[in-house]
Amino acid sequence: MSTAATINKGLFRGLNLRQKTILLISFMSLLLIAIVTSSVFIDGGSLSTDFGSKNLAPSLDHPFGTDWMGRDMFIRTLGGLGLSILIGAIASTISTLLSVILGLLSSVGKIEDSFVSWLVDLFLSIPHLLLIILISIGLGGGATGVIIGVAFTHWTSLTRVVRAEIKQLKTQDYIQISRNFGKSKWWIAVKHFMPHLFPQFILGTILMFPHAILHEASVTFLGFGLSPHEPAIGIILSESMRYLSAGYWWLAFFPGLSLLIVVLSFDMIGENLDKLMNPKKAQE
Amino acid sequence: MKQKKFGIFIGKKIIRLIILLIVVCIASFWLVEQSPIDPVRAYIGEMSIQPEQRAILEEYWGVNTPSHEKFFNWAGNVLKGDLGISLIYRMPVTYVIKERFTASLILMASSWLLSGIVGFILGIIAGMKSGSLIDKAIKTYCYVLIATPTFWLALILLLVFSVYLGWFPVGLSVPIGLTSEEVTLFDRVQHLILPTLTLSVLGVAQIAMFTREKLIEILSSDYVLFAKARGEKGFDLVLRHGVRNVALPAITLQFLGFSELFGGAVLVEQVFSYPGIGQATVAAGLRSDVPLLLGIVLVSALFVFLGNLIADIIYEFIDPRIKQQETTT
Repeated sequence: MSTAATINKGLFRGLNLRQKTILLISFMSLLLIAIVTSSVFIDGGSLSTDFGSKNLAPSLDHPFGTDWMGRDMFIRTLGGLGLSILIGAIASTISTLLSVILGLLSSVGKIEDSFVSWLVDLFLSIPHLLLIILISIGLGGGATGVIIGVAFTHWTSLTRVVRAEIKQLKTQDYIQISRNFGKSKWWIAVKHFMPHLFPQFILGTILMFPHAILHEASVTFLGFGLSPHEPAIGIILSESMRYLSAGYWWLAFFPGLSLLIVVLSFDMIGENLDKLMNPKKAQE
Repeated sequence: MKQKKFGIFIGKKIIRLIILLIVVCIASFWLVEQSPIDPVRAYIGEMSIQPEQRAILEEYWGVNTPSHEKFFNWAGNVLKGDLGISLIYRMPVTYVIKERFTASLILMASSWLLSGIVGFILGIIAGMKSGSLIDKAIKTYCYVLIATPTFWLALILLLVFSVYLGWFPVGLSVPIGLTSEEVTLFDRVQHLILPTLTLSVLGVAQIAMFTREKLIEILSSDYVLFAKARGEKGFDLVLRHGVRNVALPAITLQFLGFSELFGGAVLVEQVFSYPGIGQATVAAGLRSDVPLLLGIVLVSALFVFLGNLIADIIYEFIDPRIKQQETTT
């Protein structure tokens, strides 16, 4: 087949598809961990304002250029990315917890099941961005508003997956037998459902991440999210809009590109993990 | 028989819509009510006023009336078709929304069509040549597009085409300083191109990936194998057996994307300062214009519902495969 021919070419000569996938995942994870850790260790000194070197184009000293206060854009971007990843992580975790609870709830009975699917329809009935704005306003803005807003809008698809999975599991023979042996619903949920669902949760959280980060950045860009004092990517980009016509392209270009790369890395980690864990997809 | 079935279907949908709108009304009103918004501050802006005047305004905007009473007042007016007065535009909300939504509709419709057509063609090409270099290129392109922040893409396009090349104006839907009669069609189109382009980019990726997957699935089916055995090949085969089967699901998917389209419009309109519903949403949110914000929420819920309804109708009543399944069972 054509894939067999392409595998033994190029950079990863001699590795099989599985090893290549693991290598890719580790590389991407390393990149993201590096961004988060470095954003934690950024010291205030390098972010200090220096009007002597304001609005500099990218150079070796300042790879992303400097802004109108002479702050190094590379360091600001790094800090912003760290913040975005952090917020994305919290929001995705809350979102996953919500879908676990609602997914399990839908397995209890018919009324609960239709309630959960009605809730899913309800949350899909308003455009996500508008709903996040609404929730953020309701909570008075700030980081909490964004986190809750993003968390409450991203649980729907994973809930659907969990619901379908449980429905399918319930028809399996061993679940029936387990029930006939007198095991309680809770016991079956924990001992039989959970081991099946756990990989789905991990994967679901990782695949939710890129959406969460993008929505956080969008809402912050519009001015509903984090306060202008935070070094968030959305803030940096909305500030850059004022300097576009002056031709300071680096203020918008590099931070956005970095965000794109982070989102893409999460996407690739998720897709490849899926390939590793899902035997059906492993052969593709 | 068929008309009766369609009638029942539409009836059920209308009941669903009514329940949905009621819940959306209650939920969004509750959310806004939770927030520390001061309607008087939102109305007067930065002006300073006397305490007596403030008391009059507080009375007028109902600051001290209990929440449930406020809700029933508002909901009663909504039932009569009155969404209240916008605080920042000082005009009836229905009028503001009508004006803004028409402007946005042109933007959304054109980018919706563009993304649908381009995405579909790209998907067909990638699916036909799956595994080839061109397929890989299209796939990579789509992956990158999905990960791209909409507003950043808008900024970059603005930077390249308006600031550096000067081909397009920097913002607004018509030139400044002209009366509405002086605005030519060319002006309008020129102001529409960049926002439309940005907005369609997101949709392209989704529809192209979907079309590609579907086409590959169809091309590996038995009837395509049989067609190949009969001697059909190349583009003719794809056109006759592939495109026909992929088109309807792809169109359905495109209708299901109204929610994303609206969200994208908000971001794009903000960057290009295009005076549409998205920009009004941001203004209403930032400047605490509660009546306008609630009105927009309702209209957007209707808009999304309409898209889903059309998708359902296509699925249930137009797709010949579904029809056939029903007659056989």
